[in-house]
Order: sequence, then structure tokens, then C-alpha cells
Amino acid sequence: MKKISEIKDKDVDLLVAYLLRYGVLLASGIALLGGIIYLIQHGQEAIPDYTFFHGEEDGYTTYRGIVEGALTGSAREIIQLGVLALIATPILRVFCSLIAFALERDKMYVLITLIVLSVMLTSIFGGLKV
Amino acid sequence: MSVLIFTLILLLGSYFAGLLGSLTGLGGGVVVIPLLTLVFGVDIRYAIGAALLASIATSSGSASAYVKEGITNVRLGMFLEIATTVGAVVGALIAVYTPTNTIAILFGVILIFSAAMTIRKKNQDALSEGSSLAARLKLNSTYPVGDKEVAYKLKNVGAGFSLMTFAGVISGLLGIGSGALKVLAMDTAMHIPFKVSTTTSNFMIGVTAAASAAVYLQRGYMDPGLAMPVILGVLAGAFTGAKLLARMNPKILRIIFCVAIVFVALQMIYNGIQHKF
Repeated sequence: MKKISEIKDKDVDLLVAYLLRYGVLLASGIALLGGIIYLIQHGQEAIPDYTFFHGEEDGYTTYRGIVEGALTGSAREIIQLGVLALIATPILRVFCSLIAFALERDKMYVLITLIVLSVMLTSIFGGLKV
Repeated sequence: MSVLIFTLILLLGSYFAGLLGSLTGLGGGVVVIPLLTLVFGVDIRYAIGAALLASIATSSGSASAYVKEGITNVRLGMFLEIATTVGAVVGALIAVYTPTNTIAILFGVILIFSAAMTIRKKNQDALSEGSSLAARLKLNSTYPVGDKEVAYKLKNVGAGFSLMTFAGVISGLLGIGSGALKVLAMDTAMHIPFKVSTTTSNFMIGVTAAASAAVYLQRGYMDPGLAMPVILGVLAGAFTGAKLLARMNPKILRIIFCVAIVFVALQMIYNGIQHKF
């Protein structure tokens, strides 16, 4: 086991690389699962009208709505859960970098990473729904 | 058209978008928007939502390999992400008040610019004298060339940072990674060797796109029926492209693709002026 003081940039790089890879694989796995169910249930129907923008309903646009919908087995909401996982991957990456810089005792980069993280969290939770 | 047929066509189209994107360095989102709007008549707002997801998927998928090899400058990426994420959120907010035809015209202009950037000669040399600000921010680093590590320094941190903010706004507004603008900032302003600038740009795209994607998701721009084939297709295409890239020289392909992109861009601009979006 490595001592904290021995954590180097290279270790951080590896951690980030694995996080990105598995995050994206998990997200596409969920989307694929939802997609298969979606096609079995609705494959023969006519496509929804995408030529007019009406916006998606709450079940697809709120975090709560998506999770609840996915738990009931709704195919489109399972896909949307995959979409959430995909969006969460880069955010988790920034969070991991924050921990890594803290372990390296690099105060300046802890601050820089905190700024990036707070911008992202503001966009997620900050009521930017205009 | 049935959902099944539509999904399969979109899956195939997205696969080629991801394949060409990773072979030419233009990113999958660039092809996904014209494919959805011009071919399928999908509203540009849904297309932007899907393209953002394509950008995150390709960035996260391919960045992992470059980070592992130690080419990506993770500190530089994090520092510049302050600029791109703020820009992306601002861009996503402006998008609500921007008419869709204006977005289409702007997309066409950026597309032509990106194509031109892709075929131009890039900075290969490592800078040996950097600015003091770059040193203070610990942005100077090394990258592997063959068996040895080459050290490089950088300058014009302020100019690079401002260009990155602009790249972020464009990314948030149009739903693309705006890799060409990011590379321009690192390559032309900060004088970073192109291998580092392209991989670091790729690495940053996911974070920039995720910042605006959260806004778009809550505004209802992301439709699962479009998102599913686009994510899966582009990602599979990008993985294939990365494998092929090691075995081929995509120089000619890049030129052909860029010419094609310019035609698509002109079509977008023309339709935008004719108010067809």
C-alpha cells in the first residue's frame, strides 16, 4: 500500500482514465438495456414527431422523475437514466481530481478544481431552468 | 416510419459520425446535428441535446486512453475548464433566447472554421521559454515521444483563457465540443505541441459538454428515443476509429471529410437564412 505522500500525477492519471472508461461503459450499458426494452415495446409504432419542439415532460427532465420512472421499468426513463450517468461521468472525474489534488497537497489546484466543480453543480442544481 | 427502422438508421448514421469524428479529430457532434436536422427534419433543439451527449461519450471514451499514456496535460485541462464551464453555462442560457435559424447559421460558420482548422498545419515544436504565469500555475509539463519524455513550456495564459471562454460559450450554445476552438487556444495562443493540445482538448470536451448538458436536460432538449441510438452509435464508431487510427494515415480522408463538412455547413447556413429551421 502506498503512502499518501507518494501519490504522484501518474496515479491520478490512471484513476481518471479508469473512471472515464467505466463511467461511459456503464452509461451506455443502461441506455442499451432501456433501448432494447423500448424497441420491444414500441418498435412497431410510428416515430414521435421530432419536427416540432415541445420539450420533454417532468419524467424525463427532473432527476427525481427519471429515477422514479426508471424504477418502475419505463423503457424511455431507463434510457434517460443512462443519459444521467453519462452526464455524471465528467462531473465525477472532476470530483476525483479534487480528492487527488488534496492528497498531493496541491492547494492551488484544489482551489481551481473547486471552482470548476461549483460551476458544474450550479448548473445542475442552481435552478437554471429558464 | 416505425420506431425500429428510425432507430436502426440513426444508429448506423451515428456510427459513421463517431468513426469519421475520431479519424479526423472533428468530434461526433459535428455530424450528428446536420444528420438529425437536414436528413430527418428533427428540430435543432433536440439535435443539440443529442449532439451534446455524443460529445460527452466520445470525449470520455477516447480521453481515457490518452490520459493513461500521459500525453494529456491534466493540470492545464483543469485550469482551462474554469473558462470553458463558465462559458458553457452562459452559452446554454443564451440559447433559450436565440432563434433556431440564427443557431443554424452560426453552426454552419463554426463548422467551416472547424474544417479549416483541421487541415491546417499545426504547431509541433515544444517551447523552451514559457511565461512566468504558466510556471506559477504549474502548467509546464512533459509528454512522451517514442521512449523519451519531451519537456514543453507555454505562454500567453491570459489569451488562451479568454479564447477558452469563447469556446465554452459556443459549445453551450450549439451543443458541440468546439474542439477546433479549444485547439486554437492551446496551439496558436499558448504554443503547446499539437499532440498535447489535441488530447487535452478532447479530455476537456466532456466536462464542458456536461456543464451545459445538465441545463439542456432540465429544459427538455433531451429525448431518450434520439439519445439512445446516438450515444451507442457514436461511441461504437469512436472506438472503431481509435483502433483504425493506429494502422492508417487519415490525411486524405481528413481532406475529403472537410470538403464534405463545408458543403453541409453551407446547406445549414442556406436553410437558416431561408428560415427553414
